[in-house]
Parts: sequence; structure tokens; C-alpha cells
Amino acid sequence: MKLLEYESKEIFAAHRIPVPPSGGVIRSLTQLSAALKRAGSGPWVVKAQVLAGGRGKAGGIKLAKTRSEAKDAAQKILGMTLATHQTHGQGLKVREVLIEGGASIEQEFYLAVAMDRQAVAPVVIASAEGGMEIERLAVEKPEAIRRELVDPSTGLPDYAARRLAFSLGIGAQHAAQFCHIVKSLAWIFIEHDCSLAEINPLALTDRGFVALDGKIVIDDNALFRHPELSKRKDLELTAVEAQAKKAGLSYIALDGTIGCMVNGAGLAMGTMDTISLAGGKPANFLDVGGSADEARVAKAFELILKDAKVKAVLVNIFGGIVKCDMIASGILAALKKVKMTVPLVVRLQGTNVDKGREILSQAKVPIITAEDLSEAAQKAVGASR
Amino acid sequence: MSILLNKDSRIVVQGFTGGAATFHSKACLEYGSNIVGGVTPGRGGSVHLDRPVFNTVCEAVKKTSADVSLIFVPAPFAADAVLESVDAGIALVICITEGIPVLDMARVKRVILAANRAGNPVRMIGPNCPGVITPGQCKAGIMPAFIHKPGRIGIVSRSGTLTYEAVDQVTKQGLGQSTVIGIGGDPIAGSNFTDILELFEKDPATEAVVMIGEIGGSAEEAAACFFKERMSKPLFGVITGKSAPAGRRMGHAGAIIEGGSGTHAAKVKALREAGVTVIENLSDIGSTVAKALTKSL
Repeated sequence: MKLLEYESKEIFAAHRIPVPPSGGVIRSLTQLSAALKRAGSGPWVVKAQVLAGGRGKAGGIKLAKTRSEAKDAAQKILGMTLATHQTHGQGLKVREVLIEGGASIEQEFYLAVAMDRQAVAPVVIASAEGGMEIERLAVEKPEAIRRELVDPSTGLPDYAARRLAFSLGIGAQHAAQFCHIVKSLAWIFIEHDCSLAEINPLALTDRGFVALDGKIVIDDNALFRHPELSKRKDLELTAVEAQAKKAGLSYIALDGTIGCMVNGAGLAMGTMDTISLAGGKPANFLDVGGSADEARVAKAFELILKDAKVKAVLVNIFGGIVKCDMIASGILAALKKVKMTVPLVVRLQGTNVDKGREILSQAKVPIITAEDLSEAAQKAVGASR
Repeated sequence: MSILLNKDSRIVVQGFTGGAATFHSKACLEYGSNIVGGVTPGRGGSVHLDRPVFNTVCEAVKKTSADVSLIFVPAPFAADAVLESVDAGIALVICITEGIPVLDMARVKRVILAANRAGNPVRMIGPNCPGVITPGQCKAGIMPAFIHKPGRIGIVSRSGTLTYEAVDQVTKQGLGQSTVIGIGGDPIAGSNFTDILELFEKDPATEAVVMIGEIGGSAEEAAACFFKERMSKPLFGVITGKSAPAGRRMGHAGAIIEGGSGTHAAKVKALREAGVTVIENLSDIGSTVAKALTKSL
């Protein structure tokens, strides 16, 4: 689960990582003047609160020297649809704007903690080239990136924090504060079960270090340890994706025309690939899960058919725990509830496959069947045209 | 011969009396697996599926000489269940549980690595995996048994149902499997591809290996490296997720393209350059392996 900038900064502040003077988040212009007052005497920064990087370039962050400039900026940003290079061609509606006091920046750093799969430990990634995207830096100037491993139980040792500070060229007068910040960020990563805790940029100002922007991503598997977050709406999910999650389905909308229903994440990805190989494009990723029942299969169908782009549906089930006859009954139950207006291709294999095929063949519904995955994908692509 | 499991493996099931554990333990017993007991804290002293139930793994090991544990404990408690097995001296821990926090797995894996360094060989398979099966001898997991057939192809995979797909195709070609292992779809796994490839390379019963990888992480690249330097048996690679968009988690927590790393293209390239036969179409797994093996005979 991704947190918004202001939510991340609230966590930073609670761990005594300096953040800019905050006026808080506003949802309408009537809240602006109080927010400006809280954020000090100006200049101010007006920042769109959406889950995407590249907000500045897309017009979602504006600097305001006066109150009237702040009003103009807030008016423009509130309610705008923000499309950045990270929103995959779609726009995000801005419902919240963060008002902050400005800072005079001397130097910008990049600081993040992420999981290093190979080292089996969180790792601090830091660079004196702040503001720049770390992915780009990793390609263009890998030597500028410093790393220190974090113990997943005890955090970042003092010596490692010092080593990082000095290797980044941070002077003795600022090293202690930097060490506190990097150790705190590592601790936030552990305490909040993050998959990413990032400060970019971490600015060196006339008042010392300040976290100008922040991004925290929580490991979804660990939400049971964070009840306060598990109640929060996952802003990254579309309405349909959220509905799917509630029903126990793993669904991700894509931009193709062939709706898929598959059991197992790996096979679901493999099915999408096979559709692409056959010259089509998948409309979604959908894993009905290992404990799917008739109701869940029916729900999956409903969600797939909600997508107006879908021109054919491909069901690919390899029965293990999930039994093919149950899937077949689920499909028939779904077809009674939702009107099927596009061709349906079904490939069943595995546990109780004969029973499943018999149920489908006896039902008087037009279903195209296939023996193997390749054949199923070709038939679905053909039927979609 | 085979790897990891054989007819002498003595299995203890953790979370034994739960619904999923009961269902799958029954299937394992029907297959002939030697489940010697189970552990459910608080249910010690009772009998379940005609097998004794213990309060702790330690007690189960003492009374039954179990050397394999199969874990069905719910995610919030699963990491502790693995540590309990390691502490009790179990040699092979197979964790089926899905949804374990990645930090928990980091802590668990560090304990396992430390145990290995200290000379206590313990191996973990999973989590979030279908388990391990040595066809005809022992099944410890949730895979449908009937698609398997004893034979000489080793299969290792990050995915569950996709493994079944590969197994089924290999069986239908008249070939069989030496051992089939799901290493799981999480970012941090108890065993990686290289760990398993090393075992298959040493196993005289395994003639060739099918490896089913996916986008995310760098385990497939590491496997390519291992193949090039240390493997003499043929390796067939499949990488799924070619059509997955970057930044979205495709069901498996580990299957995500982050910051341009872990892409399909990079993995296929690494495998090809190392000399691995990469299979593009999932439907061709069985036929490709069969063709290559008849040619080499």
C-alpha cells in the first residue's frame, strides 16, 4: 500500500526527521488561508497529493511567494487531473493539496531504504545527487550511489550511518543530524513493515537537513500488524480492483480486449503472455485463487464483463485444489446472472476435468472449448475479431 | 534417487488440525507419504488422521524422528513456525503458507543462513509454494498427485499452477519427473533456483531440468550464471510476465518490475547467453523437452 506524501511526512515527523513547516492538507479553497497561516510567513509550496512521481513537471507542485499566488496555485491544482510519466497515460484526480512553508536549499540528497532480496536485508540507498530519479542515476552514474545494509531486527548501526555520511561528503557539522535521519528512516522501514521508505530530496538548508518529499510503501502482507492502515482505502486500486480484492480475487486492469480468468498468479501471467504470442492483448490479470468457489467465479465473470473493452473471455483453469467441475458450475451460475455478449473460450485441465467438460457440454450455452493453452489463446484472439 | 524427498522421508505437519492442512495431509497420506505426526499448540496428546498430535515441533521430533516439516500455519504465525522447525533440528522445512511479510522472511532466512554457517544443514522451501513431490515416493504439498509420473526430468518453479501445467505436459510426452519443487513466488524465498539446480546437477536420477521463472528479482539471472559455470545437464527455462506492466504486482509479491530491473527481456537474455534453452510458448514445454532429449540420445 502506497502512502501519500503528507502521510509519509507525518510518520517522518513522529520519528523526529525534520520536515518543512506544514500547513496541513486542504480539500477546498476555504481551508487555504488557515493552512497558509499554519505554514508560516511564506513563501509556500502547494503540492498535489496523488500517488505518482513527476508531479512537479506535470504542474502538480507550485511555489507561491504571496497569498494570492498561493490561491491561484491551489485553485489550479485542486480538482485537476494530473498525468505524469508514472501514471501510465491515465490521469489522477487531485482531491487533496498539501500546503508547506518553503525552504532555501543548499544541496539535495537522495535517501531510501528498500529490501535487498539477495542480501536478505533492508538496504539504505543514498546519493549526493538528490532530486534525480534513482533509476536514472543507477544507469547514468552508478558510482554516485552508496549502500549500507540494515539488520532487519536491530536497524542501522551507528558506524554504518557515519560511514554513509562521510562517503557522501557531508561535513562534520551536519553528520550527526544526517546519521539520526538515516537511522530513523531505517527504523521506520522496520517498524512499519515497508517495502520502500524514501526521502527525495533530502535537502540541506540553512536550518540543517529537511525531508522535502517522502514516499512510503507498506508491504501488503504485513497489514495485519497495522490495523490503522488496513482500514484505510488503498488509493492505488481502481474501483473495480478494490471490489475484486474484497471478493478475494487478484485483479489488475490492463488495456487489451481479451478478458482472462485463471487460477494461480503464475499461470495467469503465462496466459496473458500466450494471448500476446497469439497476437492479442489481455484486458486484465485475474487470479481466482486456490480456494475459489462458485460465488467467486461468478464474481470474477461479473468484473471481467464490466470492462467495455472486452471482446472475448478466456477461462484457463488447471485444477489442483480447485476442481474443474466446480469451475464449470461457477461459469454456468455466472452466465445466469450476467448477460454474456462476447464469445467465451474455456480451457479446463487437471482435477475432475472430465466432469467439468461434461457439465459445460450439457449446458445449452455457446462455449468454445480448447485442449491446451496455445489453442485456447488462438481461439480467444480469433473470436475477439 | 531424487532430491529433497524420498520414500524414507518422515514428515511432521505444522498446523496439522486446520482445514487446509487436514485436506492436504489426507491427500499426502493417500499418495503414500510417511506423515509421522502433526503439531497444533494446545492439541497435544490427541490423534488426528490416525497420527499423533504434539504441542511443539521439538516434542514431535523426539517422539517420531521426523526430518521434514510441512507448514500450513496462517501467515501471521508462519515465520515463527519455520523458526520452531529449525530450532528442533528439522533438515527440510516446506512452507506452503501464502502472505508472510517480507521482513519476517528476511529474519527467518538469516537464521537459516546462520545455521548453515554453523554447520547445521537446514533447507527451507517456500513460502507461498505448492511444496515438493518425488513422484512414486513422497508428496509433501498441495499439488494434484495424478498428473505426476516417476521419471528423469527435474522441475523447479516460482509458480504453483504453472508447475502443474509443466508437469502435465512432461507426463503427456511419456516422460516423468525425478522431483518437482515449487520454490514460491515471494521476494525472499527459503531456497533459490541455484540452490535447487545444484541438487539436480548432483542427482544421478535427474537427466534434464525445467526451470519456470517469472519477472521480478534476479534469481533467474543468478541461475543463468550457475548454469554456465557449474551445470552439465540440459536446462530449459520459461520466464512468464512478458506482457505485465512495470510497477504493478502480478499476484505474487515477488513478480514486480521495479525501477527497470527484473524485466522479462533481461532474464531471457541472461538465460540465452548462458546457453539455456528458453521456451517462449507455455504450451511447448513438454514437446521441447521431449524433442531435445530424443535428439541427444
